[in-house]
Amino acid sequence: MSASTAAEAPKGIYHLAGSLSKERRWALWTAYISLVFAAIIFLAPPFYMFVTSLKGSGEIASQVGSPWLVRDPTLENYSAILFNPLFQRFMLNSIVITICVVALTMVISILAAFALARMRFFGSQALATGVFLTYLVPDTLLFIPLYQIVGGLGLLNSIWGLILVYPTLTVPFCTWIMIGYFASIPKELDEAALIDGASWSQMLLRIFIPVALPGIIAATIFAFTVSWAAFVYPTAFVTTPDQMPLTIGVVSQLVRADTFAWGQIMAGALVAALPPVVIYAFLMDYYIAGLTAGATKG
Amino acid sequence: MVADGSHATGGMASRGRGRANAMQRFARRRSTIAFLMTLPLLSIIVGLVAYPAAYAIYLSTLNRRMTAFAGTLNFELLFESDTFWMVAFQSCFFAVTAVLLKASIGFWLAHMLHHIPDKGQRKWRGMLLVPWVIPPALSTLGWWWMFDPSYSSINWLLSVISVPEVPWLGHHWWARIAIIMVNVWIGAPFFMIMYLAALKSVPEQLYEAAMIDGASSFQRLRYVTLPMMANIISITVLFSLIVTFANYDIVRVLTNGGPRDLTHVFASYAFQVGILSGNIPRGAAVSLFMFPILALCAFFVLRSVTRRNKEQM
Repeated sequence: MSASTAAEAPKGIYHLAGSLSKERRWALWTAYISLVFAAIIFLAPPFYMFVTSLKGSGEIASQVGSPWLVRDPTLENYSAILFNPLFQRFMLNSIVITICVVALTMVISILAAFALARMRFFGSQALATGVFLTYLVPDTLLFIPLYQIVGGLGLLNSIWGLILVYPTLTVPFCTWIMIGYFASIPKELDEAALIDGASWSQMLLRIFIPVALPGIIAATIFAFTVSWAAFVYPTAFVTTPDQMPLTIGVVSQLVRADTFAWGQIMAGALVAALPPVVIYAFLMDYYIAGLTAGATKG
Repeated sequence: MVADGSHATGGMASRGRGRANAMQRFARRRSTIAFLMTLPLLSIIVGLVAYPAAYAIYLSTLNRRMTAFAGTLNFELLFESDTFWMVAFQSCFFAVTAVLLKASIGFWLAHMLHHIPDKGQRKWRGMLLVPWVIPPALSTLGWWWMFDPSYSSINWLLSVISVPEVPWLGHHWWARIAIIMVNVWIGAPFFMIMYLAALKSVPEQLYEAAMIDGASSFQRLRYVTLPMMANIISITVLFSLIVTFANYDIVRVLTNGGPRDLTHVFASYAFQVGILSGNIPRGAAVSLFMFPILALCAFFVLRSVTRRNKEQM
């Protein structure tokens, strides 16, 4: 009897081990199959946009064969869009707006986050909560009163009006994640600086900014992508084409003619989407750090 | 502080000098510096968020030409119109369906990513986050072209497996589904990244302990992973509920509210009424309807976040 159990036991273990590795292999296969499936679906629209942007207008109009393939690729759509003065204007507006907004955002949020993370003062806790709450306020809730306010300032149809209101989209989140990064810097560092006689500004410039540089890069990327992609405010506040940034410019001005120049529209959309994608491709880790920091740091 | 003290003992001359010292001391006080540093932030929050919010309430009580006080007239008129109720239904239906789909797809993909060897994860993660990175208005433009009635590439793919043509943006239910599809496509990668980060923070020992106790993979998911991730799941779901509920880009580009105003959500309807038709008070009233639901979500997000902070401390 004891012999039989001894003989059975190894078999049981082997059986178990076999099933475990089998289970693991199965899990791996399901993982790869779902990832491939997801990747195909996630990348199909940009791919299709790219394919369309390479087609001549004749090929798009003929509507024969698979729309997912291009028969004679041409770059004429890209040259048409890049030499279109209107499109160049959109591009310039987007660049000016984004640079101004990113610079403003980073100055405001670094100063405020430093104060909120390190100097306890009357109402600082309430202000930190307020920052988080304003981050949760969506732009579509406020665009009508802001339309009146911006109009009252005479800044409708002007990129300066957009530069004024975009910080409401970027500053709360950037401040919020910068508070998290600054709070994670050990107190010993600033105590040492204080003993050495550093002023607050020296402490911020020489210690906090260098130490929290990854957080600052993540916040800058966030501010950049948000102000590049902003859509509600420019749609509401700008109706003259020469003051439009890229997003609304491509959507409203290129999609205008009776016969849609689909090749050009897709080329324009892809060129407009390129800067965030390039930044993402090179700084993916910072991008993701900024994305996840909002929920895990605070 | 030390510098201040030495000044006080060293100086001590005239009254004017004393006042200058007091001024200096006031200027050097920590709370003053801190206040000055937060002043730009404060002015943005007060001037461009809090004031407009209050102004929206004021605007919504005016008459159409904004010349006289009209009380709750705008709200009453909205309650009477069928379009408004349709918009309310469509907004809720859109937000709830899209968020549930995004959360479950994101959860599934995060799990799958977590299962594969570490070396490949970066590459896959990089590819799968692309929909989130492209500005939504522009990728929706691409989707619009894919749904185009005369030359829809999706219908072409469906015809390969001999499915009849789908009137994507022509029929209102298909248009609603199309809007949800695009929103899920954009938002699912965000959930995936958040859940992947959360999965990675679950200590491996918990799974080992569960396996030794003979837990099946479903039990490990149910009794280890989900409780450990409960907080991050609720934060992302509520946050995404806010953003999705207030979404504007997709509806504007894809259907612009059509066919027959049946796919409007609150944001696009407020835009239509307030800016395009020029009835600003009515538009403000429409967008204010988003507020109670958003406030409720915000309250729960804040609660989860503070709870999470306490856990981490």
